[in-house]
Amino acid sequence: MHEVALCNSLVEMICEQQRNRGFKRVRRVIVEVGVLGHVDPRALDFAFDVEAKDSPAEGAELEIREIQGRAWCMDCSRLETIVRRGDACPECGGFTLIVEQGEELRLKELEVV
Amino acid sequence: MCGVCGCGKGETRMEVDTGRQDHAGHDHVHQDHDHDHAQHDHAHHDHDHDHDDKDTLRDDPARRAHLVSVEQDILGKNNALAAHNRQHFNSHGVLALNLVSSPGAGKTTLLVATLQQLLPAATVAVIEGDQETSADADRIRATGAPAIQVNTGRGCHLDASMIDEAFHRLHIQDGTLFIENVGNLVCPAAFDLGEAHKVVIASVTEGEDKPLKYPNMFAASSLMLVSKVDLLPHLDFDVELLIANARRVNPSIAVIKVSATTGEGIDRWLRWISAARDMAVASA
Repeated sequence: MHEVALCNSLVEMICEQQRNRGFKRVRRVIVEVGVLGHVDPRALDFAFDVEAKDSPAEGAELEIREIQGRAWCMDCSRLETIVRRGDACPECGGFTLIVEQGEELRLKELEVV
Repeated sequence: MCGVCGCGKGETRMEVDTGRQDHAGHDHVHQDHDHDHAQHDHAHHDHDHDHDDKDTLRDDPARRAHLVSVEQDILGKNNALAAHNRQHFNSHGVLALNLVSSPGAGKTTLLVATLQQLLPAATVAVIEGDQETSADADRIRATGAPAIQVNTGRGCHLDASMIDEAFHRLHIQDGTLFIENVGNLVCPAAFDLGEAHKVVIASVTEGEDKPLKYPNMFAASSLMLVSKVDLLPHLDFDVELLIANARRVNPSIAVIKVSATTGEGIDRWLRWISAARDMAVASA
C-alpha cells in the first residue's frame, strides 16, 4: 500500500543519478526486494509506472529480483531458508527464528542510454 | 497512485502549533506543494529533451544502453532522517514511542487513559497521525497534553520528515513523546520515525491470526498491548493463541494485556514505559 511512496523515492533517486552521471534516460530499473519485507512486487510495479511518468525513467522496465528469506533457528542453531514470516524452521519445526536476510529493498542497477 | 488503498504522495497537512490549525500552517503546506510542482516541471523538461535525443541515438552505437551500479536502499532518505530524529530525541532526553495498530483497535482511547495516569507529574507530548480530521488530537488535548495533528491526506503512514517537523513545534524536553501512527498494520511498518520502540496494539475484537496476517508490523514491534480485555467474557477469543502467533513472527516481543475501560494492566504498561525511559536515557 505504501508502494507509491517507495516509488516516489525510487524516482527521486533515479533523477539524482541522472544529475550525477549525466545519462539521458533509463530503460531498465533493477531493484532487489526481500520476500520477508513489506513490499508487494505487483503493487510496486503498478506504482512505478505511475510515479515514473514525466521522469527520465518513464516507460522503463522495472525488474524486481527477489531475495529469499534466511533465518537463524535458535532451537537447532542452523541458518535456514523460510518462505514467509511465521513459518516454522524446516529442520526442527521451531518458531524461534531470527531473520538474517529477506528484508532488502534496494535500487541495484540502472540500464541507461 | 496506489490502487489498493488510494495512498499517494503529498497532501500532508500539519497543525502549526499544539492547539490550533491556522493560516500559517496552510501556507507552509502550500509551499511544499509548490515545491513538488517545480520538480514535476523539471522532470517534464528532461522528458521533452529526451524525445529529441531518441532519434539521434538510434544511429549512434557509441551511446548504446549500458548498466550503471547504484546499490542504494530505497528507504535510505527516510532512514537517514529517522537517525537524525533519534539523535534529536536522545539529546532532548525524550523517549519516543510509535503506536501502531489497525483502525479501531483503541489506540486513542488507550493513549487518553495513559496520559490521564501520567499527567500532571510527567512531561508528555503527542503527535497524532490520521488521513483526515483533528478529532484525535482534540481528544488528546482534552487531557491537558500538548498534541499536534498531522493529516497525511492520501498518505497511509507517517514518515520521518513529518515527525522531524512536528517535533520542532512541540518543544518537549525530558519527557515521553507518543506518536500515534495512522491506523494501518502494513505501511507504517516500513517507515522508521526515529522512535525508541514500536508498540503494536491488537484488540481482542480482532482475529487471533492478526500477527500472521501482518507479520512485518509485529516483527518490528518491541511490545504488543492486547487491548479491550474487559470484553473477553463476551467473546470467543483465545488470547494465548494471539500471543503465540505474535511470538512466531517475533520471539522476543513483550506482551501486556490492558483495558482502558477497567484500567486493567495500565499499571504494567506504565512500568514498561518507565523502564523504557530509563533505558533510553542511560544509553543516550
